[in-house]
Amino acid sequence: MEHYISLILKAVFVENMALAFFLGMCTFLAISKKIEAAVGLGIAVVVVLTLTVPVNNLIYNNILREGALGWAGLPNIDLSFLGLLTYIGVIAAMVQIMEMVLDKYIPALYSALGVFLPLITVNCAIMGASLFMVERDYTFGESVVYGFGAGLGWALAIVALAGIREKLKYSDVPEGLRGLGITFITVGLMSLGFMSFSGISL
Amino acid sequence: MADTSAKQVLLEPIFSNNPIALQILGICSALAVTTSLNVTIVMCISVIAVTAFSNLAVSLVRTQIPNSIRIIVQMTIIASLVIVVDQVLKAYAYEISKQLSVFVGLIITNCIVMGRAEGFAMKNGPWLSFLDGIGNGLGYSVLLLFVAFFRELLGAGSLFGVSLMPVVNEGGWYIPNGLLLLPPSAFFIIGLAIWGLRAWKPEQVEVPEYKMSRHKAKEAF
Repeated sequence: MEHYISLILKAVFVENMALAFFLGMCTFLAISKKIEAAVGLGIAVVVVLTLTVPVNNLIYNNILREGALGWAGLPNIDLSFLGLLTYIGVIAAMVQIMEMVLDKYIPALYSALGVFLPLITVNCAIMGASLFMVERDYTFGESVVYGFGAGLGWALAIVALAGIREKLKYSDVPEGLRGLGITFITVGLMSLGFMSFSGISL
Repeated sequence: MADTSAKQVLLEPIFSNNPIALQILGICSALAVTTSLNVTIVMCISVIAVTAFSNLAVSLVRTQIPNSIRIIVQMTIIASLVIVVDQVLKAYAYEISKQLSVFVGLIITNCIVMGRAEGFAMKNGPWLSFLDGIGNGLGYSVLLLFVAFFRELLGAGSLFGVSLMPVVNEGGWYIPNGLLLLPPSAFFIIGLAIWGLRAWKPEQVEVPEYKMSRHKAKEAF
């Protein structure tokens, strides 16, 4: 149990997807002008990550990994080069399925998430989490926890940035820095703040 | 867009319409690889290759793709190209591919590749699309190399791994600025680079959402 808590703390704070690995930056900067939008996108990312990372973990461990096809009588096959194509396919499919399920059963949440769901397919944080999972050799349980933690960390960062930007638009910024420039510098400062978490472990 | 000259398509994205500074595309996978110039250059070449060839491929099949599944077709083309790049790197530059770790794979979700395929290659012929891919790849590379130059020079006192300013630990005089090897510095450098670019080309400045009004109350003057 302790191991999982430590993993989640690490994924949320120490190795924050957005602020320490620069993942999901495009959406991070584009959709952080309003808090409500940021919250919606954050929730969507948490849900998609918690689903896709474990699914990709199962696929990797049972099909792609070297020697994983032993159960099918083909112990010498290494399909790991197909990984990238598979993960992106899984992500796109999961997002599509989630869209349909939400539309059918929870229409309120569906309309709240709206345009953000399809955007998530090309969010590097989702793909990045799957790739990190493979690189670090997580077990199935760890991958569930890691997916959730990584999503939560990303959501936290985007909501915090949206909060800052809502206030920031009333401030008098030098002309060239207006908009994107000052946002980058703000993110830099936030990232500096999150660095203080490094070294925390249970 | 039919009369756009090839030169314009190639050169415009580098400064006037830079994908990172202006279109907010493709920042995602890039910044973590800018701590040393060697790694950055490999990353840039990979991105240029993928953007150029995915643009070319998408443009070649653009009239055949049914509109409803175009995203998945583009995704597949891009992912296949990235797999090729990944395998080539693993075969010929294993050390660097280890340092790039997951970020080569993340070229797939790099918004530049996807954005250009969707925004340009779907509407233009193969040759122009190919050039547009190279141009946007270069625009991305210029900013990335700029960031990497400062991070490696000031953070480690070297360029391309060759020590220019001998650091104190090895008996030199330069005390390296460790902050520049950490994530936050990349954000600062890009922010400042955008400031510089916009000071040079003022038409890129964003319109403010609110204007400050002048002081109306006469305070204690």
